Amino acid sequence: MNANPADPAGTQAVAISGIHKTFNEGTDDEVHALEGIDLTVAPGEFVSLIGPSGCGKSTLLRLIADLLQPTSGHIEVFAKPAPQARVDRDYGMAFQTAGLFDWRKVGANIELPLELMGWSASKRRARSAEMLELVKLPDIANRYPWQLSGGMQQRVAIARALSFRPRLLLMDEPFGALDEMTREHMQKELLSIVAELDTTVVFVTHSISEAAFLSNRVVVLSPRPGRVHRVVNVTLGERTEDTREDPEFFKKATEIREALRSVEAAS
Amino acid sequence: MTRFQRWLRSMLPAIVVGVVFFGAWELAVRLFGIDEFLLPKPSSIWTALGQQWSGVEGGTLGTAPLREAGLNTAGIAASGLLAGVAMGAVMAFVFTHFARVGDALTPLAIALNAMPIVALAPIFNAWFGLTSNLSNQAVVLVVVFFPVFINTSKGLTQVHPDQLELMRSYGASPFTILRRVRIPNALPFFLTSLRIAAPLSVIAAIVAEYFGGPQSRLGPVITQNASFARYANAWAAIVVASAVGLGLFVLAVLAERLLMPWKRPEAI
Repeated sequence: MNANPADPAGTQAVAISGIHKTFNEGTDDEVHALEGIDLTVAPGEFVSLIGPSGCGKSTLLRLIADLLQPTSGHIEVFAKPAPQARVDRDYGMAFQTAGLFDWRKVGANIELPLELMGWSASKRRARSAEMLELVKLPDIANRYPWQLSGGMQQRVAIARALSFRPRLLLMDEPFGALDEMTREHMQKELLSIVAELDTTVVFVTHSISEAAFLSNRVVVLSPRPGRVHRVVNVTLGERTEDTREDPEFFKKATEIREALRSVEAAS
Repeated sequence: MTRFQRWLRSMLPAIVVGVVFFGAWELAVRLFGIDEFLLPKPSSIWTALGQQWSGVEGGTLGTAPLREAGLNTAGIAASGLLAGVAMGAVMAFVFTHFARVGDALTPLAIALNAMPIVALAPIFNAWFGLTSNLSNQAVVLVVVFFPVFINTSKGLTQVHPDQLELMRSYGASPFTILRRVRIPNALPFFLTSLRIAAPLSVIAAIVAEYFGGPQSRLGPVITQNASFARYANAWAAIVVASAVGLGLFVLAVLAERLLMPWKRPEAI
């Protein structure tokens, strides 16, 4: 949770300036997905993007990941242009579907990015064992994904995303398909994992309580075109299960909810 | 329980059904006095199978021994199957990998697929020679090609978008994505098509053989025996044909077990 003001270069984990994104430009299906987005994420920060469907929050995440290219504007990830950061594997990614490969055992799924990076088999094995330990699934390296529950699959996906220790983790509603209990449990696990590895997180979610629980900052986006409507700072200290019953937590959730309401009223 | 006992136990229902089926057939033919030329008893077919297997009794009106005819037809079906499967898989790769080629050729492929392929058998006889195996193999190849081509294409393209994005986030090249994701993703589709294609290859071979050519094949053995009213012999040849089809199907299932160790266990 170091906003790192002491960093002399002032390097941000993510620096987004003047981003516009238009899909199908110049055709009848033209969609202005994002308009004039400016946003920075400091190293170690946990920032959530929330907003009504169609507000472009997933698009923004994909722009940071260089899976989409902006129509105009500029994105830097650790002071590099986004395409360079992608090639340098400066970030890991996790999606709503765990996206594990059926034909690979759990261990081999986690090792896939390492394999592509040319790590030796022994180093890969050691790292995947370590990652499984970290996500509290130490004994499942030799199982196939279909043998795991949804929550377990998502943990493996997180282990895979972090296997090469990227400094940035981009997550697109990773817990969206999980039941409430599993979801809350996973949120706490995620916080302890990213704290241990000192990972910066940009997290797309639909859930107000999820955003409030996880984040240092919650960015509320307006729909079509997506703009930054409001930024809610969340200062709750260390999260525990009790945090969810903390009056301050409710206050923040209310603040986010009201921001979302005013967005919907405006559109 | 040993493994064998467990296996036997799992097979028991199928065995019971088989015994009841053939028993009822035998009994019905005897009880209702059904003429043997309409439906021979299983026991008559069994006897005919024994007689026709390695040589023909008497030698008059001689048809080829079933063993020889069965081996020849199996050879044609298997080689045509192999060639058709290989071609289907390779073309699926070409069509999906080179999108422009695929777009240009897909309408033609659809038009060709709509053609009743066995109707080509007499034409292929003219092209490749009546006495050569090639004309029958060509029919099998064309019949087998489409299910393999269509299913494999589907498997190569229907990759979950999240998985493709993930690979791109790793900076993976299209070739790496092909090798690490598309091909393994296509494998179950390909192997399912193999199960469809395997029995199909025997059907195609026999129908092609009906249109003439060497006599030592199951097709002519069936037509000749039928035309001489030796129905038990014709049925015996059909049993051999079924066995060939079943054999190829089992090989397809074995290929699946071998190539897809990650597959969750299921019945068929």
